Parts: sequence; C-alpha cells; structure tokens
Amino acid sequence: MRVLIEQARCCGAGQCVLAAPDIFDQREEDGIVILLQENPPEESRADVLQAIKVCPALAIRLED
Amino acid sequence: MRTVIVVGGSAAGLAAVQALRAEGYRGRILVVGAEPHLPYDRPPLSKGFIADNLPFEHVRLSEPALLNELGAEWLIPARACELDLDRRMLRLEAGDRLGFDGLILATGVSPRVFPGPRPNGVYTLRSLDDAAALRTALGSAPQVAVIGTGVLGMEFAATARKLGLDVTVIGNAPHPLARQFPAAIGNLLAARHRAAGVMLRLEVQVAGFEEKGGHLSGVRLADGDIVPAELALVAIGSQPDVDWLRTSGLPIGDGILCDACCRAAPGVYAAGDVASWWHSGYGARLRIEHRMNATEQAGATVKNLLGAAEDFRPIPFMWSDQHDIKLQSYGIFPDDGEVEIEGDMASGRFVALCHNQGRVVGALGWNAVKALRQSRMRLVEAMEGIRLDELQLTVG
Ligand SMILES: Cc1cc2nc3c(=O)[nH]c(=O)nc-3n(C[C@H](O)[C@H](O)[C@H](O)COP(=O)(O)OP(=O)(O)OC[C@H]3O[C@@H](n4cnc5c(N)ncnc54)[C@H](O)[C@@H]3O)c2cc1C
Ligand code: SF4
Repeated sequence: MRVLIEQARCCGAGQCVLAAPDIFDQREEDGIVILLQENPPEESRADVLQAIKVCPALAIRLED
Repeated sequence: MRTVIVVGGSAAGLAAVQALRAEGYRGRILVVGAEPHLPYDRPPLSKGFIADNLPFEHVRLSEPALLNELGAEWLIPARACELDLDRRMLRLEAGDRLGFDGLILATGVSPRVFPGPRPNGVYTLRSLDDAAALRTALGSAPQVAVIGTGVLGMEFAATARKLGLDVTVIGNAPHPLARQFPAAIGNLLAARHRAAGVMLRLEVQVAGFEEKGGHLSGVRLADGDIVPAELALVAIGSQPDVDWLRTSGLPIGDGILCDACCRAAPGVYAAGDVASWWHSGYGARLRIEHRMNATEQAGATVKNLLGAAEDFRPIPFMWSDQHDIKLQSYGIFPDDGEVEIEGDMASGRFVALCHNQGRVVGALGWNAVKALRQSRMRLVEAMEGIRLDELQLTVG
C-alpha cells in the first residue's frame, strides 16, 4: 500500500491528520500536508481511506 | 435503487458520485451540470489561479482517468429546469425527461448582483469562466474596486494587490468578514490589508457606477465620493440556485430546506452551498458556503439516501488565504459570543476562541494551523447541549 499526496492541491484543512495522525502531518507555517509514512502498514488502510474521503482538495491517493 | 441523479457537477456533486461508489452502489448515476467543465475547485479561483496564472489542470478536482472509473454519465452542459416529485422525473432545459429513484441536489449558489445596468468592467466571481475573464481584464485595469468585505472580496483584493494594482475595497460593514467573525479579528485583518497597500472604504453604501463610453470609470458612493476604477468586482454575497425548484413542491427558503438528515423529500437530498438543514447538534438551521462542507455533506446525503437515516452534525470548517495570513476556523461565531485569545495577537500567530453559553463554540486560527487543530476536540465535546434556538446561520 502506497500513499501519494499532492502538496500543490492541498489547502491545509488538516482533515487527513484528524483521520490518520500516524500517516499525515501538516507544515507549521501554512498547514500543507506532510506524509509521515509513504508505505504504511496494512492496519492503517481504514484510516487512510477515511483521510482520502474527507480531504476537501482530493489531494490524497492510494496505490496498492 | 436503479438510477440516482445528481444535479450540479461541482464539489458536492462529484463528492456524491464518489460516495455512492464507495458505499457500494452499483446502479446508474447521471450527473446534470450546467457548466461546460468537468468538476473543478473554486477556492483557487480567487487566489493562485489569478495571482500565479495557474493552468486549468491545477484546479481540476479529478483526473479524467479516475473520473472515468466512477462510471457516472456526465450530462454537461445541461441545466435542470423542472422537478416532478410525483412522477419522479427531472426535466432538462433541452427538453429531456429523466426518471430517477434517488436525487441529490447540489446546485450551489450564484453571486448577488446590483439591480440596474452594469457597464463593461463590472464582474462577479463564481466560475472558472468568471476567473479566466477577470484574469485577462486585470491586465488592463490599473485601478480596481472591490465591492463587499466578505471572504471573497477580501481574497480578491489581496490577489489584485499582489499583482501590483491599486485596490480599494468598499463595504457597508464596520470591518471585513463582519458576518463571520468578531470585530477584533476583522479589525486586525483590515490593518493587515492597509499595511499591504489596500485602501478600505468601510461603512459606506455604493450608489452606482460611473462610465465612460460604456466602460466603467469609477464606483459612486452614497456620500458622493467616486472611487476611480477600470474594473470592479461585486462580491456582495450569493443566493442559492433554487428558482427552478419553486414549482416542485419541495420546501424552499434560504436554500433547499432539509431535515436533520439533509432530506428534502422521500429519496431527495441536498448537499453543499444550496442545502439548508437542521443541525441537530447546534439546534439551528444552517447553510454553509464552504468547500469542506460540500464534501462532508455530500457523503452524509449519500449514506442517508442508501438507508442510513443519520443526522448530519458536522463542526463547520472554513479557511481563507489573504496576503501572508492563513485563516482557518472551526465551529460558529454567534454575535453575542465572547472572544478569548490564546497566544499573542500582535505576534501574527494565535487562536481566537469564541465562548457562548459557557462553552467553546468557535475557534479561529490566524497562521496557527496546528494549535487550531488541537482546539477542534474542545468544540466536538462542547457541541452536545448547545441550543441556539432557531438561529438562521449562513456560514459563508
Ligand atoms: C472564488 C471562490 C473562492 C472560494 N474560496 C473558498 C475558500 O478559500 N475556502 C472555503 O472553505 N470555501 C471557499 N469557497 C466556497 C466553495 O468553493 C464552495 O463552498 C463550494 O464550491 C460549494 O460546492 P457546491 O458543489 O455545493 O456548489 P458549486 O461549487 O456552486 O456547484 C454547483 C454547480 O451546480 C450547477 N448548477 C446550478 N444550477 C443548476 C441546474 N439547474 N442544473 C444543473 N446544474 C446546475 C452550477 O453551475 C455549478 O456548477 C470559494 C468559492 C469561490 C467562488
Ligand atoms: S485533508 Fe487534504 S487538504 Fe487538508 S491538509 Fe490533508 S491533504 Fe491537505
């Protein structure tokens, strides 16, 4: 499982961090998403899917 | 359920399609969208799309290939003009009649305009086409007037200033963002705009437009002053796109009036800017004109259409970028709320908490992304038991 983020699209809403705090963080200065784990463990799948669902900018994707 | 129609092919419409598939709905999906474009994102239109000349690909909400995988039929451009609830039939302007089992209404809002003639050079900003036209026109308009001190007007003012233009913002409110935030925040924002060279004319009414040879030359104020401008953006709020539904029998007011589950009639739901629904957490009717809500509410309506019957009770979220400021807020800021500042207002990084009835109901971050996120939990905990008594709030 590989997580992809598009920082250019991100609006810093932080919804991804609320959904999956182990996988996403935000830059302090502008809130843009930072990927903490590019290949998270399988147990995190539900959290990643939730983050994808709530991200208003559709800036997160998952590749298997 | 064999056919679901989504009216409005933008943020909420696309999120509804995605949610339908994510929830396992395999039937037919028709999207009726009035604009000629596949879904794109509006927030960049007042910001980077104009200031940094971003290409269309940057504002697209979904890659064409990913959109294809959803297997929805996109009827664009096509405008719905009549809804027959008894026959469960939607009529399009072009004459087609489409039957449905489920209907999701996500038609958004349109900018309010001044009555009377408007000379060339007077614009509104809602769509990609509006933004493209403005982007071109700004090239030959050294003096810009912005009418309206809401989020859109202030963002556009910052953008035009970034392009090096002379910018005057005109509004009848005492400070910017007066509808959403307390005076302390609005005044600080006004100071930041002034420091960046934006002129503000507050607490004045616009009386009309001055023109020369059919083109705008200035904005006339009620006190007789004229603000010289070759381009004016009218950003005085918007109205829900509901006119076509007035004969349908659906409850219509300030938006499509839905219950706590975002349901307007059996099998008919509304999401995004157009939806007014009963927020059972706040005990108030809300209509939210913010991007995050379009996604969240579309997801909630889809679940309920497919049988869940869950109240939609989000903590509203918005953001706005102006100059070097990133504003973000959670919750609501009622007029009689008390403001408490965490951090130092002068430092350019703080959180403002709004207390109402002894609880934290709103939190605003001023360049304080992480600190704000931490306040969010307090809002969730405090929501239980808040009663705002039939307050009609438009968060936008
Ligand atoms: C310039 C700009 C900047 C913004 N910036 C921010 C921001 O920084 N932060 C934030 O939180 N929010 C922001 N917003 C608000 C955010 O973009 C909206 O909340 C969001 O677009 C709402 O999505 P929606 O799908 O409900 O409505 P819309 O995006 O308005 O989409 C509705 C669609 O339905 C179509 N339609 C209407 N009537 C019909 C009909 N009868 N038949 C078929 N189609 C129809 C419309 O043409 C439109 O394409 C901004 C908005 C604008 C315009
Ligand atoms: S939820 Fe999306 S927009 Fe928000 S911070 Fe995460 S990636 Fe960015």
